Amino acid sequence: MSTTLFVLRRARMQYGRANPIGPFDLAFEEGTTTVLLGTSGGGKSTLLKLLNGLVVPIEGEVLFRGRPLREEDRLQLGYVVQGGGLFPHLTAASNIALVARHLHWETARIETRLRELSALVRLPFELLSRYPAQLSGGQAQRVGLMRALMLDPPVMLLDEPLGALDPITRFDLQNDLRDVFARLHKTVMLVTHDLGEAAFFGGRVLLLHDGRIEQEGKIEDLVNAPKTPFVERFVHAQRGLT
Amino acid sequence: MLFALLLAVTVGSKQFTESVILGEIVRQTLEHQGVPAEHKRELGGTRVLFDALIGGDIDVYPEYTGTLAEELLHGAPVEEGLRKQGLRMSKPLGFSNTYAIGVRKETAARLGLHKLSDLARHPNLRLGFSNEFMQRKDGWPRIREAYHLAAQPTGLDHDLAYRAMKEGKIDATDLYSTDAEIEAYGLVLLEDDAHAFPDYRAVLLSRADLPALHALEGAIDQQTMIDLNAAVRLRHLSETEAAAQFVQRRFGGAAVSHEESRALRIVRRTKEHLFLVGVSLFGAALFGIPLGILAARRRRLGKVVLGLTGLLQTIPSLAILVFMIPLLGIGTWPAIAALFLYALLPIVRGAHQGLTGIPRELRESAEALGLPPFARLRRVELPMASPAILSGIQIAAVISVGTATLGALIGAGGYGQPILTGIRLADTSIILEGAAPAALLAIAVQGLFELLERVFVSKGLRL
Repeated sequence: MSTTLFVLRRARMQYGRANPIGPFDLAFEEGTTTVLLGTSGGGKSTLLKLLNGLVVPIEGEVLFRGRPLREEDRLQLGYVVQGGGLFPHLTAASNIALVARHLHWETARIETRLRELSALVRLPFELLSRYPAQLSGGQAQRVGLMRALMLDPPVMLLDEPLGALDPITRFDLQNDLRDVFARLHKTVMLVTHDLGEAAFFGGRVLLLHDGRIEQEGKIEDLVNAPKTPFVERFVHAQRGLT
Repeated sequence: MLFALLLAVTVGSKQFTESVILGEIVRQTLEHQGVPAEHKRELGGTRVLFDALIGGDIDVYPEYTGTLAEELLHGAPVEEGLRKQGLRMSKPLGFSNTYAIGVRKETAARLGLHKLSDLARHPNLRLGFSNEFMQRKDGWPRIREAYHLAAQPTGLDHDLAYRAMKEGKIDATDLYSTDAEIEAYGLVLLEDDAHAFPDYRAVLLSRADLPALHALEGAIDQQTMIDLNAAVRLRHLSETEAAAQFVQRRFGGAAVSHEESRALRIVRRTKEHLFLVGVSLFGAALFGIPLGILAARRRRLGKVVLGLTGLLQTIPSLAILVFMIPLLGIGTWPAIAALFLYALLPIVRGAHQGLTGIPRELRESAEALGLPPFARLRRVELPMASPAILSGIQIAAVISVGTATLGALIGAGGYGQPILTGIRLADTSIILEGAAPAALLAIAVQGLFELLERVFVSKGLRL
């Protein structure tokens, strides 16, 4: 019997000046992988930000482990954004160790963890002394991933983590990501606009459009049994590309 | 040392040569008689000196009976008016420096000008009067009424008026009857035939009776004062030297001028200037950075904060300095307060721009990491905003170095002092003694901030 991590009840929200999205009634189980799929502006990133509290619902509620999210719960939620979201004034190592330092980890423990992670995401340890401006896109993305994994959180929230990468780098990192998450038994929520990527990561897929969920299910269901004309168009358009 | 400083009599003087000479004579006479004294030179106009005396910033300064009656006590009986303020007036020093109107000798001859009443027949004469004379009830308004004058005078600095006269840009100007230049520039004074100008006998105004100064009563006659003025304005002696010659002649003994060397003067003014700029800048950073953070956090409050600090910036710096006098008196602290207010805007704006300029996804990344707000500010936001914050402080510092020269107007010293004196004496070399170090200091400040940037701004932001 799996535990429910997140519950959304009639949750509606607004990000910046965009139109409000929702309401959503959703649940996310521990140990599962969920892909939030859709066109840009469809609300998938906002839905992800609702989970780690970057966006606060204007109606309804969002519960993490049965109660509203607290500041310290974020330590259990790794968050990776497109490009890595690295702080330019810190070296890669300092970016990764930022929260651990704040929590007063000992230097030796941080060092050990950095070596583990660099092996895990296959990034040469020496690169960690560089500043973000000195890293390639793929390297920065791997550093962003290491930062999210530093405290070994049970949940990983990924917002288009592969969006800005060239095809080869993207292919390598895709494989690495899937391996890492499977090996560490993470609960994963991943935002992408790419049907192929959704298929690659598998699991449950939520297809969002205009702030609503068009279809929910396995990727095969979306492809073989589209419920709405939008789903059909979305699938068709992406297949035409590949 | 401290004891001596506490007991020291503070002498003040107004912003014209005669007043500065008299201030020096008073200081040296006091010291000659063993009373420690300091002289705050060129503090400002009549009102500044009178208020400083009432406020206790100075203990004594030279004044004129006419000014007292007309400007300060508004026609009330002098003795009683002063007693009410707790002030004391000495017996006259011996000379009278009344207002007079002067014209060039050839103009007077050509137009047959001898008396002020003759002016009414020549409404096309170009009159150039000092700003104080234009404003004072016993100045231009008085003679305009007394002699039915129709001309429209121009206001200009008293010390520039002689040059304007010489170059023929104006035909008549207000003079003081002890001015050294009357003879030197070939001017004649028009007789005040309607007796419009009040009596301007020189006296000393003080907070308490200073017996050491009784020796000066009746000691300076008209010609002596003209000679003293001429020594400074025409023969380029310093006021200190001119006063020393007088005191030595009058009271004998060794001269007590102890004039500083040029190098020592510049060192002392550099210290004064750095103190003004340093303290005000430190205070402005201490308040301005948190204000900028607040402004970046709360958008509406931010608009109010930026608007208010911007408003402060629109007030002319001279006006801010003068506003400070009733609040804080004269000297270093009101100047620092004014510079502080001036430095706020660039610093607040720098911090605000630095923080609001951080890309949204980075602010969200910091939040999503689970860092509490203060840790986000300390570890992410402030370091990322540091280039903008630093450049805000740099702009404030460079502005401060320049604006602090105005501090000399209210007795704060610094590089502004020689600039004021130089303008008064029309002596470029004295002006440069203040202007050149001020310019060098501004350049040094630029260099200092380039160094600070290397220290405080992460290498990652400079790649």
